[in-house]
Amino acid sequence: MKTLVLVEHDNQSVKDATLAVVTAAAKLGEVHALVAGSGCDAVAQQAAKIAGVATVHVADDPAYANLLAENTAPLIADLMGSHDAFLAPATTTGKNIAPRVAALLDVMQISDILSVESANTFTRPIYAGNAIATVESADAKLVITVRGTAFDKAAAEGGSASLEAVSGAGDAGLSAFVSEEIAESERPELTSAKIIVSGGRALGSSEKFEEVITPLADKLGAGIGASRAAVDAGYVPNDYQVGQTGKIVAPEVYVAIGISGAIQHLAGMKDSKTIIAINKDEDAPIFQVADLGLVADLFDAVPELTGKL
Amino acid sequence: MKILVPVKRVIDYNVKPRVKADGSGVDLDNVKMSMNPFDEIAVEEAIKQKEAGKAEEVVAVSIGPAKAQETLRTALAMGADRAILISTDETVEPLAVAKLLAKVVEEEAPQVVILGKQAIDDDSNQTGQMLGALLGWGQATFANTVEIDGDAATVAREIDGGLQTVKVNLPAIITVDLRLNEPRYATLPNIMKAKKKPMDTKSPDDYGVDITPRLKTLNVSEPPVRSAGIKVEDVDALVAKLKDMGVA
Ligand SMILES: Cc1cc2nc3c(=O)[nH]c(=O)nc-3n(C[C@H](O)[C@H](O)[C@H](O)COP(=O)(O)OP(=O)(O)OC[C@H]3O[C@@H](n4cnc5c(N)ncnc54)[C@H](O)[C@@H]3O)c2cc1C
Ligand SMILES: Nc1ncnc2c1ncn2[C@@H]1O[C@H](COP(=O)(O)O)[C@@H](O)[C@H]1O
Repeated sequence: MKTLVLVEHDNQSVKDATLAVVTAAAKLGEVHALVAGSGCDAVAQQAAKIAGVATVHVADDPAYANLLAENTAPLIADLMGSHDAFLAPATTTGKNIAPRVAALLDVMQISDILSVESANTFTRPIYAGNAIATVESADAKLVITVRGTAFDKAAAEGGSASLEAVSGAGDAGLSAFVSEEIAESERPELTSAKIIVSGGRALGSSEKFEEVITPLADKLGAGIGASRAAVDAGYVPNDYQVGQTGKIVAPEVYVAIGISGAIQHLAGMKDSKTIIAINKDEDAPIFQVADLGLVADLFDAVPELTGKL
Repeated sequence: MKILVPVKRVIDYNVKPRVKADGSGVDLDNVKMSMNPFDEIAVEEAIKQKEAGKAEEVVAVSIGPAKAQETLRTALAMGADRAILISTDETVEPLAVAKLLAKVVEEEAPQVVILGKQAIDDDSNQTGQMLGALLGWGQATFANTVEIDGDAATVAREIDGGLQTVKVNLPAIITVDLRLNEPRYATLPNIMKAKKKPMDTKSPDDYGVDITPRLKTLNVSEPPVRSAGIKVEDVDALVAKLKDMGVA
């Protein structure tokens, strides 16, 4: 089987999310990668070094600069004439593009796979991860998004794929990129952080969130996450949200502070290796999944903890 | 201008789903069902656009069992004008839902279709994007803010790194994220009024769409359960544990 992996990037470098997809694709067959972008030569060079990638198709065109789905999906659908499976990371980029590709190919997409069971059988979470479905595809081609935490990352170095220029129809004229507000941060990205400190509604304000959560995260070299309630209340930006409908994370250590543990939140973090919870309610559901629990008022306990580390 | 809002009847988000012992699926007997929470946000957005004078009519559509009428009545009570039920007891996958919606779009000719970003039962996050491809329309997914102006919509999207703003030409697909708005509750008088609003009932056959599933579910199982660990007495005990683990 010949697979095509969507390389996620910002026209400068390959994003980590791509590497787990390569691992999933390698379980199906030969791995080809697609770098669609604008002035994305450095990305193509990097993609060629990913272990296990045989060929990198490069579509360099201003129309692909921001990977708008309307422009990118037809390019991919064309390339699928000579590939059997398309795999994208289950990131906002992958989720935006892959279903559009699937519909163009008249294929039912398999979202967010956790494992490859055979050439046409996969497992995937449903109902906020409260059930795992094993599904078999009857379609001639496969369109798949891959949960990054479920597969090891392929080595970023060591491969020597060939580069092949490809071109598509370019700008479909349906939509245009206007602007982007991307948070610049020295902190590890949530989906690749080894330690995550997350805060919930209990923090009460963005000032308190900053005052209580940030120093602990700094001490631990951790990424910072949040519950939906904390994001909705405006304590932190939307990209901090961990959960069923936010980011799925699986760090070595996840510290949940003032988070109750609703199923939608658990869906995003319950595969963390060690879960630590600090909550003043001893019956909070988060304690049912926590390896280490501390029943305490976070405004006392967290500064004390930060001080003692 | 007309706005079409597809709404799905799903397990209520407060209910903890239980996997059936025979591995055939999730037990939905006697379980509270509600409108998919993202679809409430979609309905709210459509009504807001109408109230702002950007749209004249809001049409809600649902594909599902007869009981999905209740979901449509909720949309009507919130303020939608009309509803269409495409009635079927079969499982309808996102691709087939998108194909049916494409037919409804042909008939109704809306300028905007506003969907949820994700149904909380199948967690697919596909239907809106697929509909966009089938219609050849632009799409603005995961909307955080929506501004409709003339023949285009400017939409800020929630993406992994922050926010991205795109402009899509109308007609267009919009899928909504959690922060777009706070859905209103239906008031009692509006619930009464909704009973008199028109609801058409159709079948997938009326649209000539083959809804045969492409995916076969071989098994549905419980995820590995995590058991509760221990509670520590105080911060000092927590620090000691963290040191043991090599975290601190
Ligand atoms: C469609 C949909 C999608 C959703 N997606 C997500 C998602 O992706 N991610 C997500 O997180 N949620 C999601 N939710 C929301 C979820 O259902 C919960 O509402 C949310 O997770 C609650 O956040 P929280 O735990 O911060 O707040 P709460 O549930 O209010 O919990 C606050 C906790 O803080 C504790 N507390 C209060 N004061 C203190 C103190 N001084 N010291 C210590 N502890 C204290 C309380 O005991 C309580 O346990 C979604 C909901 C819906 C409907
Ligand atoms: N059976 C259905 N009836 C009406 N709308 C649906 C149906 N299934 C999905 N949708 C719409 O598509 C969105 C995304 O669903 P999904 O792709 O299944 O995650 C939902 O939020 C609804 O707006």
